[in-house]
Amino acid sequence: MSPKQPSMERRDFLDSMARRLPVWMFFLSAFSPENLLAQSDSATEPPPGYDPTKHNYAMGVDIHKCIGCGRCADACKNENHVPREPFFYRTWVERYICPPEGDAIVDSPNGGIDGFPEYKGDKEVLRTYFVPKLCNHCENAPCVQVCPVGATFVSRDGVVLVDESYCVGCRYCIQACPYGARYLHPETKTADKCTFCYHRITKGLLPACVEVCPTQTRVFGEAGHRSSPIWRFMRFGNVTVLKAYLNTKPKVYYSGADMEVR
Amino acid sequence: MTIKASSVPQQVIPLAIIFAAGITGLLVIRHFLVPDTFGEHGHYRADAVDEIAALPVSYAGYQACVDCHDDIFTAKQSSFHKGLSCETCHGPAGQHVEDQDKFKPAKPHGREFCILCHGYNVSRPSGFPQILPNMHNPGKACVGCHDPHKPTTPRPPGDCSACHAGIANQKAVSHHTDLQCNTCHEVPKDHITQPRLSRAEKPTSRDICGKCHGKDATGGIEEAPRIDMASHGGRYMCWDCHYPHDPEATK
Repeated sequence: MSPKQPSMERRDFLDSMARRLPVWMFFLSAFSPENLLAQSDSATEPPPGYDPTKHNYAMGVDIHKCIGCGRCADACKNENHVPREPFFYRTWVERYICPPEGDAIVDSPNGGIDGFPEYKGDKEVLRTYFVPKLCNHCENAPCVQVCPVGATFVSRDGVVLVDESYCVGCRYCIQACPYGARYLHPETKTADKCTFCYHRITKGLLPACVEVCPTQTRVFGEAGHRSSPIWRFMRFGNVTVLKAYLNTKPKVYYSGADMEVR
Repeated sequence: MTIKASSVPQQVIPLAIIFAAGITGLLVIRHFLVPDTFGEHGHYRADAVDEIAALPVSYAGYQACVDCHDDIFTAKQSSFHKGLSCETCHGPAGQHVEDQDKFKPAKPHGREFCILCHGYNVSRPSGFPQILPNMHNPGKACVGCHDPHKPTTPRPPGDCSACHAGIANQKAVSHHTDLQCNTCHEVPKDHITQPRLSRAEKPTSRDICGKCHGKDATGGIEEAPRIDMASHGGRYMCWDCHYPHDPEATK
């Protein structure tokens, strides 16, 4: 048999393939993208009685009320087992000192947990206040956009979460977050951030920081529900979001934030 | 109609087989690598949401405390600490709710803890009760005089600076250092025991400044800067430009 003559005629090949078509059809349909993306049978059930589609969480922070005691940052570390070293925070308190001219001086020694030392700088103090910071739970979250593996996402109840077991620790999201709200957990080597205490709010509890806030600086509730404390906060506060020009649509609203807050 | 076998190059057939095998292999690998619930609600693993929701809770919430300690809670609700949650001071008490004997919540006794909120700090909102830790009974435990569940002292403060440390601090280094608070503020007697129910008055007219700073004023010291009340400042109130507790700050 010369190499130029195939062992199987084209006609025979097509014929055999046609006979096996049902097998091919079955094989391809079993692995179609639709099938791969929607295997809902094995999904575990959410907490009983909890419907994530019926919630849209938001937080309010009233800067005029914050006394900078740092109990929120402390409670957050207790609740979420955030490492105690002063580099890792899911929430922290910043002190802004605005001189009459020039940029504001911003500091946050140990996230405010140990209190703030007296300001000893040479600048005159024109305005000064505390600003609690946390993940803004953006509707258009830059961190979600850049995640290469789908480990961070906006949940159906509007909370930005990190799938710890799926995160590869590439740190793209930490770079992308305009609010500096993420850090790489030193033990798990995965990205970590505020979850609005998702394990608490789904059980009807308040986030730990809101629970312990002694001056009601932080309020938490359902956006757009009249019975929620957020409603009153949004109605009577001069409400803004941080870095609104980035169009990230944060769900953390600040009241009393002046132009220096960023 | 028949197609000539020679119109299809013979190497296409092995190539097609290799491609088919490759694609099938990729699909099989993908099937095992992509988690079951990935893509159920979006580009993420739906199970992760439930895993996060199932994490243990450390802070029980004040409602859990009230179930047993309702007497303390009722007392606290009529005090200045009514807005505080029990766990703000006592720390996470979730374990205590599960087993009352095994875990007792913390009881902060030292001054340091109270000072975290009540130590004077210029960045705190004015009106928030603050003390100067070095001057306010140094060395004594706060709980010696103040019951944290009802922090108003049995002895009313003798001096305005006990609560208004920020203002007192600023005034002490200003030209107004010798002025008593009641020179400008009318302070009702009850203000020291019920500061929010009975408020101290603030001046409402320019005349009160004019008593010392007017052209022909007789009140106050001779060196006080004088202005013509009729022409100086126009329709503005004095304190629109001069902060009375630190009047020389304006340029």
